[in-house]
Amino acid sequence: MNSNAMTIKISDLEYAWPNQSPLLRLNAFSVAAGESFCLLGPSGSGKSTLLSLIAGVLAPQKGQLEVCGKSLETLSGRERDQLRADHIGIIFQMFNLVPYLSVLQNVLLPCRFSQRRRSRFERPQDMIEDAERLLRQLGLEDPALLSRPVRDLSVGQQQRVAAARAMIGAPDLIIADEPTSALDRDNRNRFVSLLQDEAKTSGATLLFVTHDQDLAGLFDRSVTLDEINHTTTQSGAA
Amino acid sequence: METSILGLAAASLRNRLVSATLTILAIALSVTLFLGVEKSRTAIRTSFDNTISGTELIVGAPTGATNLLLHAVFHIGTPQAELSWARYQDIAARPDIAWAAPVILGDSHRGFDVLATDQTYFDHYQFGRDRSLEFASGAAVSDIFDAVLGAKVAAELGYDIGTPLILSHGLESTGHTDHDDRPFKVVGILKPTGTPVDRTVHIGLEGLTAMHVGWETGSRHHLAHSITNEMIRSFDLTPDSVTAIFIGLKDKTTILQTRRALNTQRAEPVTAIIPGQALAQLWDLVGTFERLLIGVSIFVIAVGMTSILTSMLSSLNERRREMSVLRAVGAGPRHILMLLVSECGLLGLIGASTGVALTQILILIINPVLIATLGMELTGTAPGVTDFLTIVSVSVLALIIGLWPAWTATRNSIGDGLAVKL
Repeated sequence: MNSNAMTIKISDLEYAWPNQSPLLRLNAFSVAAGESFCLLGPSGSGKSTLLSLIAGVLAPQKGQLEVCGKSLETLSGRERDQLRADHIGIIFQMFNLVPYLSVLQNVLLPCRFSQRRRSRFERPQDMIEDAERLLRQLGLEDPALLSRPVRDLSVGQQQRVAAARAMIGAPDLIIADEPTSALDRDNRNRFVSLLQDEAKTSGATLLFVTHDQDLAGLFDRSVTLDEINHTTTQSGAA
Repeated sequence: METSILGLAAASLRNRLVSATLTILAIALSVTLFLGVEKSRTAIRTSFDNTISGTELIVGAPTGATNLLLHAVFHIGTPQAELSWARYQDIAARPDIAWAAPVILGDSHRGFDVLATDQTYFDHYQFGRDRSLEFASGAAVSDIFDAVLGAKVAAELGYDIGTPLILSHGLESTGHTDHDDRPFKVVGILKPTGTPVDRTVHIGLEGLTAMHVGWETGSRHHLAHSITNEMIRSFDLTPDSVTAIFIGLKDKTTILQTRRALNTQRAEPVTAIIPGQALAQLWDLVGTFERLLIGVSIFVIAVGMTSILTSMLSSLNERRREMSVLRAVGAGPRHILMLLVSECGLLGLIGASTGVALTQILILIINPVLIATLGMELTGTAPGVTDFLTIVSVSVLALIIGLWPAWTATRNSIGDGLAVKL
């Protein structure tokens, strides 16, 4: 992706949950390719809904939303799923792993749904080695962990597995939805740092969402959702 | 290491082991019931149909056709009366009859029926597709106290040529009713036939009469021991009566006339039956019951399939986060649909396969009981086309049923977005 291009470009985007007033109304907003961006906002402000729109899980109702060069409002549901599988890695707040899969199976899961991510590896073994490398980089160095069910890991370890899963196959955009809320201050800063390093190494754009104002200074740029969201009511946010 | 949809489905089922196992068990039991009924029905019919061939008529004392068939051929039940020897001779002498083999039942040896007959029986009795009796070892009865064993009798009791055997009066040995003063000797062992013949001790008509010398009142006379076997040999050992007569005709097209002629004779009336026709009557009799059993077992399969639906639908709410995570890593609604449908298909496949295995185990368990009670066993019940079709049908049905929870999960996953608030 061209470094001058925008990974996320929003104009006049509007979204409302059924039978509710609009939760999101964004006039203009963008995140550049390779940028490390922090989106701030309290719980219920519509952050997760915006992420669902950017990730293509929800379809825009009004306006334009361009992600990784694709206008999501013009894509079918299947095309949006494919865009997400090929270009986007997502880290959830908590309990964001498939509980019945092992650490390695969880990390490799996105490759199951994306030919593009699989094609980055010449052999299946390369894919496994990259998963091991990512886990090592993120602080999970014990090889015995790979085959362990994720439910046996601590919350901190699970967050690292989730980060490795989001970054496997070098996606263009990494979305992190409050991934540090369950961590203490030291681990939180260390995790953000690791995430940024990995994103920079792979050239990915990092969209980090949090309600923790203290983290804002760790990113290239930060903005509060309220600053860009021009709705009057925000009840019923997801 | 990369996980396929089927691998995900299998892992998901393992994660819900208790609920999945119970569902599989419900399907397995329902399939076992269905296959058990179907295999028993087919095997019993085949076994009965294969037991006798080449015998045009069976004649016995007046009774129902099914009763006579069951007693004379399958040694099930007891006769109400017997035919006199003179009547047997009259019938055997009829010009339209090619051969007539008298059989006398009523005694036993260690739970196996004793059948007294003559050489005609060995020459003409046929089973399966016109297969005749063959000796595995030894030869036919030639002496009064000779016995020829069916294959199972020899195998189960470990008897061989020359083994002495004591026959019992009546169908159960109580010790007091053993003909221990007239021991028989094994002179021949028949090859397996898969019919009640295998579980029968065959002796000559004279042997049966000799064995009962001193038993005219139904129990042993206190002086019976004083009559030696050598003395018996000089007696007239022609039996007084027979249980049934197996008949072959010179011209098979006269079968109905001969039967009518025999059935309408007033002097010592008899019942003459055509074995195939009597069997058809028997199947008519049990057909309604069979259809009812099959209906019930199909209904039980439907209940088993419902357990898949119950299990899957009840787990959907707690799995919304899992679906959301899968969507986040790139799974589309069709992947969610395929995952849930695959889980249902796997439950059906494993359940039905377990049911087939359980059926085989059950047959192994009930065969000895059937042999002991009915003198027959379920043969030809190895897994085959019926089992394969049952597995395929149940699996396909499970896949179709799976569309309901899968569709619900798909709709949920689209509506939930990336954030599931549970």
